[in-house]
Amino acid sequence: MRFFFRFVACAWLAVAGGAAHAAFNVFATVPEWAALCQELGGDKVRIYSATSPLQDPHHVQAKPSLIARARTADLVVATGAELEVGWLPLVLQQAGNDKVQPGSAGYFEATSVVPMLGKPTRLDRAEGDVHPQGDPHIQGDPRNIARVAAALAQRLAQLDAGNAAYYQQRYQDFSTRWNAAIAKWTQEAAPLKGVRVVVQHKGFTYLEAWLGLQEVAALEPKPGMEPTTSHLAEVLAILQREPAKMVLRAAYQSDQASQWLAQRSQIHVVELPFTVGGTDGAKDLFAFYEDTLQRLLKGAA
Amino acid sequence: MHKRMWVAGAWALALLWVPQARAASDAELDEIRAQIRDLRQSYEARIQALEARLKAAEAKEAQAVVPAPAPPSPLPAAASGGGASGLAAFNPAISAIINGQYANLSRDPAQWRMAGFLQGGDVGPGRRGFSLGESELALSANVDPQFSGNLIFSITPDDKVSVEEAYGIFKGAPGGVVPKFGRFFSALGYLNEQHAHVWDFTDAPLAYQAFLGGQYQTDGVQLSWVAPTEHFVQLGAEVGNGDGFPGTARSKNGAGSGVLFARVGGDVGDSHSWQAGVGYLRTGSRARTDVAPDALGEDAALAFTGTSRLWNASFVWKWAPHGDPHYRNFKLQAEYLWRREEGDLAFAPVADPAAANVSRYASRQGGGYVQAIYQFMPLWRAGLRYDRLAPGSVDFGTNAAFLATPDFHPERSTAMVDWSPSEFSRVRLQFGQAKLAPGFTDNEWFLQYILSIGAHGAHIF
Repeated sequence: MRFFFRFVACAWLAVAGGAAHAAFNVFATVPEWAALCQELGGDKVRIYSATSPLQDPHHVQAKPSLIARARTADLVVATGAELEVGWLPLVLQQAGNDKVQPGSAGYFEATSVVPMLGKPTRLDRAEGDVHPQGDPHIQGDPRNIARVAAALAQRLAQLDAGNAAYYQQRYQDFSTRWNAAIAKWTQEAAPLKGVRVVVQHKGFTYLEAWLGLQEVAALEPKPGMEPTTSHLAEVLAILQREPAKMVLRAAYQSDQASQWLAQRSQIHVVELPFTVGGTDGAKDLFAFYEDTLQRLLKGAA
Repeated sequence: MHKRMWVAGAWALALLWVPQARAASDAELDEIRAQIRDLRQSYEARIQALEARLKAAEAKEAQAVVPAPAPPSPLPAAASGGGASGLAAFNPAISAIINGQYANLSRDPAQWRMAGFLQGGDVGPGRRGFSLGESELALSANVDPQFSGNLIFSITPDDKVSVEEAYGIFKGAPGGVVPKFGRFFSALGYLNEQHAHVWDFTDAPLAYQAFLGGQYQTDGVQLSWVAPTEHFVQLGAEVGNGDGFPGTARSKNGAGSGVLFARVGGDVGDSHSWQAGVGYLRTGSRARTDVAPDALGEDAALAFTGTSRLWNASFVWKWAPHGDPHYRNFKLQAEYLWRREEGDLAFAPVADPAAANVSRYASRQGGGYVQAIYQFMPLWRAGLRYDRLAPGSVDFGTNAAFLATPDFHPERSTAMVDWSPSEFSRVRLQFGQAKLAPGFTDNEWFLQYILSIGAHGAHIF
């Protein structure tokens, strides 16, 4: 017993000494927030993304590596709206890092500063994997990134006060470039207004709202449920009555269902990055929207 | 301008208010004046900077594409309870697990016994035919800024409700220590911490049944600590009352049992992750009873009094392409347990209690399992498990005249396939063949369902 406590004490001293010199550590749950933190934090922050762009953000496991990273984080940037409900609460509880527990300044939820869309009218698991607070995939709309950036820059400045001026300056710079980019994208995307689309998972609510796309059907019979042949046949029947231009699928999803549909109807399959890094073209936040738009415009042509 | 003067004045007043300042010497007064001057200068500089930023922001807003975001609330609104009003808004998260099965067992479960092992706790395959498994009702919430609480009832098929876990977690401990107190499943082994409904097989491994009576639960305190390093290192210790098998209640004021555990883990690339752990348990028994066949095959009442020490080593490795387990994933899991017991064993034939004998008893036994689960397509998984126990060395002392020294290796092979239409439901078909004693082979079929309603609980790795 005594040996054990001595061992704990030594280990604690060894690692606490090392950790004291580390940079400001950010734990981002999904790649888009990691990319945004990179834009705002520059070289003053060290960012860890808990998930990869090819990972379904709904199905993440509370892996040991995540617990270790949450332990040393100064700021956790999560999406919120129950996107991470299956793993993040447990990771934070096990990590025992009081700086980043929900309710403290080191815990930031992007959906807390964004007007939510897609709130279910019927809250029942018979409706599938529904999110009671609305669709959490807010990264579909770049105007949401602007909203999150403002709040996140403020939070970074609050927590890492020594670099507050640096973060503010980076935010000003980012915000100018971002607003110019939104103006450009909105103009480029004009032909997409009113275009009818089918989605694989109901995760494009914000993208559709931004661009004026019209969603006519989803390949998943209920959110989070695998597409079934009988449901796909129903979608096909809808498309025969009212054709749609393209079927949208996130890069992390299997292309089986969308290909099935494309073989039987005049519809383009469009794979979208869904987050930063989802496709080769979507290297950073700007390229992510750039690539998304190019793919949509190609699909609608 | 007026505002700036007012701020400086307020600061000056505040400083002069301090009683010592009244008796200040000239030197001190000079120092105070200098401080006020510094304060004023720094305030002026900051106010100028703020005014400049305000102007810039106003200019930008005029040409902004996006309407300026509403000032963000400093903290996110409460995650749950939206729409609920009054007292109900503070209701804890409630979830229930409905778990049941149909079992087809070739041997009478009353005869089910691992040859050569003193048994206790909750062992065996359960009853034949349809039955409820262990259903669960769980409540959890933050208590206040300092504590969070969890209460989990277990409802057994024979209409007994028991407290499976009831613990608080103190959130304000310094240095990353997580103190947990109350009743909980010990962290001494990988599977031990998991509730039965998240197991990959219907029943517990033989080694868990033989050495921990199914699962080791204790009333006590646990401290765990994750090292602030990039690699996962967790250390922990528990003290408890020691009532749970392999211990018994001993009416002690001090700790009846102690546990130490350590775990490491990490990722290899973005598709593999692993965790390895070791655990140690020390506990004691006073007259821990069991009824087992003696050397002649007649039932004998056995009572063990002494100490038990148990070691556990566990390893888990998971694979999922790019870390996304949705379409395909694989999990390999293995644990080994060693137990040493030393003390006295009282022997009494059930038919003739007068022929009792008490002798020294010492045993060194082990056992483990290895299992692999493969999700080969969405919703469907298949798995294999192999269990084996080592009778080790048992010294019955003078009881050797009545009890045979074990030399049989109980083993079991199990296969299962399950279907999970969502993460809230699972239906499993399992077949196991258990060779528990010479001439005792049980073919065990289970058809099990697990339904989860209510709050979405997170699962440990």
